[in-house]
Parts: sequence; C-alpha cells; structure tokens
Amino acid sequence: MRAGALPKLLLSPSVLLVLVCVYGYIMFTIYLSFTPSTLMPVYDWVGTDNYRRLFGLENWNVSLSNLLVFASLYIGVATVLGLGFAILIDQQIRAEGAFRSIFLYPMALSFIVTGTAWKWLLDPGVGLERTLHNLGWESFAFGWIKEGDLAIYCVVMAAVWQTTGFVMALFLAGLRGVDAEQISAARVDGARTWQIYLHVIIPQLGPVFVSAFVILAHMAIKSYDLVIALTNGGPGRSTWLPSVFMYQYSFTRNEMAVGAASAVMMLAAIGLVVLPYLFSEMRKVKNG
Amino acid sequence: MADHRSKGLNSERIFLYAVLLFLALLFLLPVYIMVSNSFKPLDEIHSGNLMALPEVWTVEPWFTAWSTAQIGVQPTGLKPYFVNSFLLVVPAVAISTLIGALNGYILTQFRFRGAHVLFAAMLFSVFIPFQIVLIPMAKTLGVLGLAGTVGGLVFVNVVYGIGFTTLFFRNYYAAFPHELVRSARMDGAGFFGVLFRILLPNSAPIIIVTVIWQFTNIWNEFLFGASFSDFDSFPLTVALNNLVNSSTGVKEYNVHFAGAFIAAIPTLVVYLVSGKYFVRGLMAGSVKG
Amino acid sequence: MASLDLINVQKSFGSMQILHDISISHGDGEFLVLVGPSGCGKSTLMNIIAGLEEPTGGRLQLDGRDITSLPPADRNISMVFQSYALYPNMTVAQNIEFPLTMRKVEKSKRAERVKSVAKLLQIEHLLDRRPRELSGGQRQRVAIGRALAREPQLYLFDEPLSNLDAQLRLDMRTEIKKLHQRLGATIVYVTHDQIEAMTLATRIAVMKGGVVQQLGTPYEVYNRPANTFVAGFMGSPRMNLTRADVVAGNGALALEIRIGDRPRVRIDLPPMPALMDRYVGREIIAGIRAEAVSLAREGMVAGATQRLLDARVEVIEPTGADTLVVLNLGGHEFTVRLEPDVSLKPGQDARFIVDLTKLVCFDAETETLIA
Repeated sequence: MRAGALPKLLLSPSVLLVLVCVYGYIMFTIYLSFTPSTLMPVYDWVGTDNYRRLFGLENWNVSLSNLLVFASLYIGVATVLGLGFAILIDQQIRAEGAFRSIFLYPMALSFIVTGTAWKWLLDPGVGLERTLHNLGWESFAFGWIKEGDLAIYCVVMAAVWQTTGFVMALFLAGLRGVDAEQISAARVDGARTWQIYLHVIIPQLGPVFVSAFVILAHMAIKSYDLVIALTNGGPGRSTWLPSVFMYQYSFTRNEMAVGAASAVMMLAAIGLVVLPYLFSEMRKVKNG
Repeated sequence: MADHRSKGLNSERIFLYAVLLFLALLFLLPVYIMVSNSFKPLDEIHSGNLMALPEVWTVEPWFTAWSTAQIGVQPTGLKPYFVNSFLLVVPAVAISTLIGALNGYILTQFRFRGAHVLFAAMLFSVFIPFQIVLIPMAKTLGVLGLAGTVGGLVFVNVVYGIGFTTLFFRNYYAAFPHELVRSARMDGAGFFGVLFRILLPNSAPIIIVTVIWQFTNIWNEFLFGASFSDFDSFPLTVALNNLVNSSTGVKEYNVHFAGAFIAAIPTLVVYLVSGKYFVRGLMAGSVKG
Repeated sequence: MASLDLINVQKSFGSMQILHDISISHGDGEFLVLVGPSGCGKSTLMNIIAGLEEPTGGRLQLDGRDITSLPPADRNISMVFQSYALYPNMTVAQNIEFPLTMRKVEKSKRAERVKSVAKLLQIEHLLDRRPRELSGGQRQRVAIGRALAREPQLYLFDEPLSNLDAQLRLDMRTEIKKLHQRLGATIVYVTHDQIEAMTLATRIAVMKGGVVQQLGTPYEVYNRPANTFVAGFMGSPRMNLTRADVVAGNGALALEIRIGDRPRVRIDLPPMPALMDRYVGREIIAGIRAEAVSLAREGMVAGATQRLLDARVEVIEPTGADTLVVLNLGGHEFTVRLEPDVSLKPGQDARFIVDLTKLVCFDAETETLIA
C-alpha cells in the first residue's frame, strides 16, 4: 500500500533522531577532528594536524598494535572454538540444551562482570597462580595480567570466553542447515564422520564464517568495557585499545580533537569491515 | 548430525562426553569462583585457595556490596545504583520496543521512496563505534538539561537502540502473511487498526525477543553510563566498575565478587528463563536483511 | 551383483510400529520396486537397506553376508536420492569421484572411472560445472553417475524422478530401464507412482501401513491383485470394484449386482475355481479392469468366456489415445477403456462385451483374492 502522510509522519521522529544523533554527530566529530579543540570544542580549521599528531603518539601506536594482536587472536580463537563446540554439540548429545546453555550464558553478562570475575582469577596474588602454589605447584607462573607484554592475552582470554558461545550458536545453525540428504549420501559413499564435516559440511559454511568474522571484528574494534574492567588499560598503558585512547584523550587529557580523530579512525575501521557485508546483504534482499 | 543409527556408549562417545563436560566446567569456573568466593571472609581469600568452597560461610560481603560499600560520595553500596539501572532499563526498553514495532510496521506495510535507504541507515547505526558520538551527545545532553540524569541515559539508550529494534520488527513483519493485512484493510481497518488489531496481537515472539535483547544490552551497558551520568545517576555497571577499580585501601575481593554477581543476576535470570528467545535475538541480530 | 534378503524386518519409533515383519527375497540382477502411498513405510525400509537406519527386529543379507548392523560405508551399496543430494561445493567430476576418493582408489583409476561413467550417462561436457549450474535432469544423471562410480553390489533409488517434470520423468525412466538392462544391476527402487513401478520392475512390492500387501511380477500385481487395496492402487484408471452376490443356477454360478435389495444385473459366470462354491449365497467383491470391456459391434456374439451387457453411458473422457467411459451398470459406476474414435453420447444406452477371464473376485470381509 502506498504510504500516506500518517506513516511518514510517524516514522520521521526515528528518522530524525537517527539522522541527527548518528550521522549528524558523526559529521560533528569528524569536523572536530580537524579543529584545535582541547578542553572544549572550538571550530577553527587546522587541517590534518590532529591526524599527524595522532599517528605520532606512542599511546596511539600501542593502541593500534594491541588492537591488531587482540582482534586477530580474538577472532581466530573464537571462530575455531565456536566451530569446534558446534561440531561437538551436533553429535546428538543427550542434554544438548544444557550444554548449549552453559556455553552461551556468558553472553548474558556485562563485560564489567566478566572483567571483574577474570581480573581476580588471573591475578597472581589471588587467583590461579596462588591457588596452584598453595596446592604445591610452586613454580607455576601465571602473572600475565601484571606483565606489560602479556596482559593483552588476558583480555583475549576473557573476550573469547564471553563470545565463543555466540559463535557456536551461529555455526550450529549453519551445520543444521546443511541438507540432510547430502549427509546421508556421503555416508553411503563411504565417508566417516570427520570426513563428512571436512568435505561436505564445512565447505558450505562460508556465509557463517563471514557473518562471524564481521560481528567479531566489529566487537573487537569497539571493545572498551572489558578492558576497563579487566586491566583498566594497564599495567601502565600496555592494554590500551583505540577505544580507551579515545576516552582518555577526549575527556581526561583534554585533547578533544585528537580524541575525535581517534574515534574517526575507529569508525573507518568498522566501515571497512561492515559496509561491504551490509551492501551484499542488502543487495541479496533487494533481488529477492 | 543426521545420523539415525542408535548411539551406543562406545569409547568414542565417552570421550566426547568427557570433553564436553570438561569444557562445560571450564566455562562455569569463573561464575563458580565468583559465587563461592563471595561467601568467604577476606582472610580466607588471602590465605586460601580461590577454587575451594568456603570454610567459613558468611553473607557479610553481600551486605557490604549491597548497602555499605563506598562507591560514590557516600558509602551506600550498590543498592541505589541497582535502582538507577532499573529506572533506566524499564522506560528505555519499553520506548525503544514500541518505536521499533512502529518503524517495522511502517517500513514493511507501506511503499514509499527511500524506504530501503532509511532502513539501511538505521541498520548501520547499530554498528558504529559509540565513541564517535560521545562528544556531541555530551553537549546535546547539556543543552537539553539531561546531563548526568537517568532521563538522559534513557534518551541515549533509546536513540541507539532504535536500529536494533527496528531491525527485529522489520524482519518479523516482512515475513508476516500479506493476506491478513490486506483483508483487514478491506474490512476497513486503518493505520492503527491494522497495527493494534492484526500485527501486534500476533507479535508475541518478536516482542519477547526484542524486550529480552534490549533489556540485556541496556542493563549491561557501560560506555554511555560512564560518559553521561554523575554520582547519583550511575547505572549499576559503572558503580560496579568503580567499586572494583578503586585503588585505595584493602581490596575486598569477596565484596567485588558479590557485587559482580548482584549486577549479573537480572540478566542471568532472564537468560535462563527465556532460553530460546535469547538465542533468537542473537541470531536475528547477526543475520541481516 | 548380488541378491538381497530381507528377513522379518521390523521397525518401530517408540510405540509406533512403522514396518511389520517384512520378508523379501530379491534375486541377483532383479529390479525390485517398493511402491505404495505416502506413509506406507517404503522410505523407511529403503533407509534400513541402505544402513541409514537400524531395524528394531529382523535381518538383512546381501549375497549371503549379514549386513544388519553394518554402517552404510561397509555395505557395498550405492544410493540415488530424491533431491539428488549432490555436494554443492564440488564439481560434477568431484561429486562422481567422491565415493572412490573415500575408498582411497588411486588417482588415475578414479579419473578413468569418472570418464567412463560420464560417457555412459552423456554428461562428459558437464564435468567441470557445479551442481547449481545444472538443470534437474542433468543433476539426476550426476547423482546416478555417483552411484555407478563404485560398481557396488546393490543400487538403491529413492524416488529419484519425483522432482522432475512430467516429460523429463518419462525420458529418465527409460534411461534407467536401459541402464538396468545394460549393467544387469541388482536394484531396489522406491516410488509412489504405480506406472513407474509397472514399467521398471521385474518384481513389485506393494506396501501399505508397513506391510507388504503383495510381492509379485507386474503382470501378477496388475491382473491377480492379492487384495482390494492392490487392485485399487495399481493401474490407472483403478480397477472397477463392486459388491455382488454369488448365486447358483443353471449348473453354474452367477453374480448378481444389486441396488438395495433388488437384483439389477445378473452375469452368468464361466467355470470358476472350486473355491468359489463356498461363496454361494454370500457377498463378494468383484473386480474387472477398464480394458476388459469393449463396445459390442453389430452382430457380435459373446464367446464362452465373454458376456454381453447393456449399460447407460454417463461420462465420456477422451484421452487422445483412447476414450474412458463411465458406465452405469446396475446402479454402480464402471469405468471402461474404449477405442479413441468411438461415438457415444452421455445418457445413451449401449451394449458392451466383457472378457470374464479378467474377472477377479475378493472375499467381502477379508478383501483378499479368492484364488
């Protein structure tokens, strides 16, 4: 039915809000990144000064390399584990529902809660290392969270624990979407179970891998809550991510324009990952 | 897998169950540690084994976390912030769900130019890094007089939830049988008639999914809470983080754990009760179009 | 090739029994068709033969070897599925060679085999394509090719033609029959289409409700159906069935077709098997096929095994190849198959000649054949 005035009218508040609070604000922040704002916004134009400054800052470069390490490990491990869990659960397990619930419940928790739980679990003075020392394994060392080079791996661990269940749910749905007759055919053709997964099922899961990648990548780029709760960026600045950098520079260090520039870089990264995916999905919908 | 042969208990199956059990225990470990250590007195945590059950059971940490821990200016515990979160979540979920339903309805049952583009624009808003809107939003809230209030948080969470809720309802209504709407229109139902008499009464599954999704996301939300609230309007997540990250004095791990669990209980309960609806929300949020 | 024996096969799902005591002996090189309405258990039985499901009772033997608990891979069988079940991520060549790859046949032998199979099925030009680029008929050939690749002892076909359109179905049906003649393969074939069953089978197992209603050659199943279900299921149009009383008189038996209490038509019978004597004074179900009746021409005389009948024409359905006419005989409707150029009009009374050697009689209570 053709839209009359009423539907358009009722849709417009949402459209307006999204236009202003999303795209308008994005424009604003982009503009800010070209100004010399420090404590408060000012609106003179300074060109790409802030970006040059940004990439010259060690804090930013640490954030970037941390993001690279974090994102690639997080995406890689969560994908492999998620697929693995899904295959295990796909084996017609009794109490399948219970296992699925257990792997998925971390998704219901706030990253702050996750960070709190893992923070002390990984703390050498209180957590795992201490426990194993008490049990007699004196030489066990697991103080990664306190070590500059290794703390980021703790963030990876906690993040993987939180999201693996979700990736598992995605793959499980994908596994079960494969035509059952193909699986029967493969069994008649002589394939053992692992061969069926390898040759028939997993090759058909391409779209699921893509979905999982896009979602995990965008979560990695946006990661903030978990880092704050787990390490608060530390020790020192060794677990800073771009999101932490942005918050620090915009609100604590009074370098708003540089903070804005860092936010723009985050947006660019997400756009790079998400837009191609969105476009192809929208085109699929349009073509029916 | 589509294997209808009966699965006897052979060594392969036993190994499979063993692996799954081990992984399940690994996954439950953090929560177990949180809960069991929240019932221990502090000296037991210092001297003892993080993994062991309490030798001395005490509910002190829970009381402290709830009513006496120092988080803001006053030692009030988490209780007022729990209330803040509640005051934030209820209106935010209700409003964003209603708006999502309305938008989904309009986008699927009416044709107009640019509908596709508008939907895509709303969809993309779900992906943006929210850091990019922090500065202008802070200014806006100041101008609107909502800075540092729960009302301001409601506004922010509603605005940035519109993308998701619209997505959920739009996909649901796109698959809704046309004939029902068409025959209702022929019977004289107008804009609101179709919405309230035909669509909404049949929308229970998607309403549940949307409410659960929004509840979980908004209750667990941290960035906006940290940026736009002040001492009396902190949501629970911010309060918890302050509690845990305070660098002064002795670290009362048991209180931290109790506090974390208090923060986790509402969404965990919702998760356990809603089961498949929770999963549906996750899947709907990831399969676009 | 090999023989297949099903011995007292049972299958239940929980408290529902799907297959009751199925026993079939299937010889080497034979084409066995399992046919029946949906829900009769034919697909379940097929899955059990393939090893995709386990029977809850009974045994299966292939060439004397007990295969009851063997997984499909160890049974030396191939299967063609209703939806073809081609692997979408592999080319046609890879699909066909997959069973060989799984059995670790060496590469050059595999390539050779794929080529010869593709040649036989005329799909050589498709070897590098993927399933989604193929038409229904082409996919069907690839599925058959994959089954042929291994030269198993037994071929299973699970409604392979159901997803094809009518003309293609006929063409493929002939192809399958030709393949069978050429390879001398032992085949078990499932379909719900009784014409397919008739044209392809050396023996047909008609199933209903998990029970084999009749196991016999197409001729037997068509002309000597074991019960009224088989009589009504096989053949198109279905066999005409009507209740009638057996009466004695003139030293021979006769059938009386009634409406209510009044006898309407009396048909004197030629010498019948002795068993029929037991039914004098009782009701039976008489059956005769549409082709057993023809239009009586001027001056035609009925032979010893023929009878002349008068009936009223109700409906005329020309099919092009012949004319199906619905007659009213003694208040009951009969469908008869006449020449294509017959000139009759609805409402007309006409005389017909019936070949009583084609008459079959069923017990009115058990509905089984009186033989």
